[in-house]
Amino acid sequence: MQIHIAPDDGVPIYLQIVNQVKYLVASGRLEPGEEMPPIRVLADRLIVNPNTVARAYRELETAGVVEKRRTAGTFVSSNGSPLARHEQVKILTQRADALLAEARQLGFTVDEVVDLVRQRNFEMSAGERR
Amino acid sequence: MQNVVEISGLTRRFRDKTALDNVEIRVPAGSVFGLVGENGAGKTTLIKHILGSLRAQQGQVRVFGIDPVADPVNVLGRIGYVSEESDLPAWMTVDELMKYMRAFYKSWDESYAETLRRDFDIDRKTVVKDLSKGQRARAGLLTALAYRPELLLLDEPSAGLDPVVRRDILSAVIRTIADEGRTVIFSSHLLTEVERVADYVTMIKKGRIVFSGPLDDVKARHRKVSFRFDTAVDTPPSTPAVLHWEGSGKEWTAFCTGEQAEIEALARSMGAVIVAESTASLDDIFVAQATARVQTNQATSTSKR
Repeated sequence: MQIHIAPDDGVPIYLQIVNQVKYLVASGRLEPGEEMPPIRVLADRLIVNPNTVARAYRELETAGVVEKRRTAGTFVSSNGSPLARHEQVKILTQRADALLAEARQLGFTVDEVVDLVRQRNFEMSAGERR
Repeated sequence: MQNVVEISGLTRRFRDKTALDNVEIRVPAGSVFGLVGENGAGKTTLIKHILGSLRAQQGQVRVFGIDPVADPVNVLGRIGYVSEESDLPAWMTVDELMKYMRAFYKSWDESYAETLRRDFDIDRKTVVKDLSKGQRARAGLLTALAYRPELLLLDEPSAGLDPVVRRDILSAVIRTIADEGRTVIFSSHLLTEVERVADYVTMIKKGRIVFSGPLDDVKARHRKVSFRFDTAVDTPPSTPAVLHWEGSGKEWTAFCTGEQAEIEALARSMGAVIVAESTASLDDIFVAQATARVQTNQATSTSKR
């Protein structure tokens, strides 16, 4: 589980962990039923306070992303995260926003951008077929 | 939650210099308590009071509910202390040092000491003075950790050390509190380190406490707010809610400690609109508070007049 902490970027550290775990689940890099590292192990690896990791895990549990199994540890929810789809849309929305902002700056219309996306998709799938 | 350290009304003068001025501190058990401040702000003086090596001139110091000056044995035996200037006996070999410490502390855990020695890769036969700076810091950490103290007290433990040693130190902090009920106090000028591991943070400036509380609260209370004025402004008005201003022309960013409503009222009174808001890093907060000198001094001198 790859998590990167930037202590000085203004987002509380527990929230950085929560967001990145959600991202990892949404992008499929953490699979349903996969075991999360124990709190103290993750704390030691990220060099953050164990209480902070514990708080992040509590938030993730409340959100239904992970579940605690008695005596066994913490696991990614087996029935798939209820947030996964929402998070996936959020990730793509950010990319789309960046693309639109850049297109506007360069003087492209939305239709031109959509055409370009279609064309790239066509070319990429043609490349895969080859 | 029980407090491991309770300090109230502590004032300390060295000749005519006030080193600590009415300091109030509570350190809850099981927390990591970060102490920040510029050099000479009073951090080490405060720590010396906790160790009982300085007597409170005014106010009260209690560690584990005990006065550390009156009963040093029952306090010092439960504190693991590491300072920037290592005070390990220079002429001893690491092996002798470990035996010497074991004789001192009833709770010395030899197998834990040996695990740490191997993890830190410290050679038993080397004389302390021949250890590199980093290895000496690790040896100091080993002797402070191996008797599993209830309170780990670190005074600028990372000063002048390379990132690998600093990681070992932070890792020791994390493991110490991950073990039930134990507490860490550490002073540091490396604010990103404090931000990573501290539950509570206290800033001292010229012997006074500037802020003290849970790290999340401190960060929530300090915000960077950008205002846009209708016309260019030379200097925005100074007000107690703003620690300092940065910017030019129509757009200015204020470093604020005030409530949301207060900031909004400020914007209205200046005829400006809030265009951006963000939380501040501990580094931002530290710099703003440390450089707020001029303003606060002016504020105090005006109020005295």
